[in-house]
Amino acid sequence: MLRNRIKYIEFLVEEKQHIEESLIPILDTVSDPEIPVLTILDMGVVREASENMGVVTIKITPTYSGCPAMDVIGDDIIAAFSSVGKEAKVELILSPAWTTDWITPKGRKALEEYGIAAPLNAIADKEALLGNKKLVKCTNCGSTNTKVVSQFGSTACKALFKCEECQEPFDYFKCL
Amino acid sequence: MKENLIKYILGVSDNSLILGQRLGELCGHGPNLETDIALTNISLDLLGQTRNYYQYIASLQGEGKTEDDIAFMRSEREYLNVLLVEQPNNHFGFVMARQFYFDVFHVLLMENLQHSNDETLIAIANKGIKEVSYHLRFSSDWVKRLGDGTSESHQKMQEAIDGLWVFTDELFHLTDADKHMIEEGIGVDVSTLKEAYYKKVSEVLTEATLSVPEEKYFQKGGKQGIHSEHMGFILAELQYMQRTYPNMKW
Ligand SMILES: [Zn+2]
Repeated sequence: MLRNRIKYIEFLVEEKQHIEESLIPILDTVSDPEIPVLTILDMGVVREASENMGVVTIKITPTYSGCPAMDVIGDDIIAAFSSVGKEAKVELILSPAWTTDWITPKGRKALEEYGIAAPLNAIADKEALLGNKKLVKCTNCGSTNTKVVSQFGSTACKALFKCEECQEPFDYFKCL
Repeated sequence: MKENLIKYILGVSDNSLILGQRLGELCGHGPNLETDIALTNISLDLLGQTRNYYQYIASLQGEGKTEDDIAFMRSEREYLNVLLVEQPNNHFGFVMARQFYFDVFHVLLMENLQHSNDETLIAIANKGIKEVSYHLRFSSDWVKRLGDGTSESHQKMQEAIDGLWVFTDELFHLTDADKHMIEEGIGVDVSTLKEAYYKKVSEVLTEATLSVPEEKYFQKGGKQGIHSEHMGFILAELQYMQRTYPNMKW
């Protein structure tokens, strides 16, 4: 079990993040293993980060229930703090559930540049995934003349699209 | 109370484990790459949800139990999943019909589990509802596409819809543990979801130009641990590593 280094199922009462300023530079060096251009702060998966008596406690929330990246992220956080001589404890929280709204503007920009279309709002997302409306912008040429190839893409959080202008296939980060 | 709670959670989560395992068998065998990936993504969601439930059960059991003990070290009669989810993959129409029949139920269950008194179950349901909504969209889409497709796809989809129909009623049966947990305000009274379920199923089947089965004879047993002949084979594959190398880790 990889996961035995991480403690499970804790609850946060508030949706608001609590991240101590001094811990940000270190957290910002940890990226999402599946989307390396995004840091875990860009993704909004870090909900709490605090330091007490030299021990850092980081609370992260999974994007999807079965997201295999969480194990790696947990280990990477521990390693990042250990490289600066700090002990870190990682806790996984399930509630409140992660939403794509927590991806930061910087994160959305990084996604687009990486070739993954950023999530639309919930209503537009449904229309786009059902193929009712052409709303997802091609990350290659910017056209919205795109169509859904598969509602499930290379990872659980993405759908596969194809641009009918430039013929380029690309991923779309689904709204959650 | 604790015993009933554990049984209740197993009744909910074993469905996700066994269906996740069934879908996992299709990895590399889907009809095309996109569908193959979709099926394994759904499998991953279900197994992820299962882990959340099993971690919770392990914490209730204490005694150093882990999620792996619950997944791998039980005997067949201790699994409380419905018969529907253990049905074989057969042809793709069956895979989609099984998924569709389960997803309609799963969405209703998650919606209601969000109002439980148990905060861990609420958290798992809050997280799961978004995922299972995508699953239902995917399976409904395929039922419609195949039902309203060629004459061959229509015939095969109808065959699967008819063949698996007998397993739908069990989804709404209540075990003793279920009844206790409903009284505690923790469990969902699934018997009250039946009407909404068959309404939704009929809507999609009608749109798919498929006929809604009228058969009144239904199969049951899984919820009591009495499984079909397929279950042993599923468990043999699922448990192989842990049984061969007890306490193995990677
Ligand atoms: Zn394009």
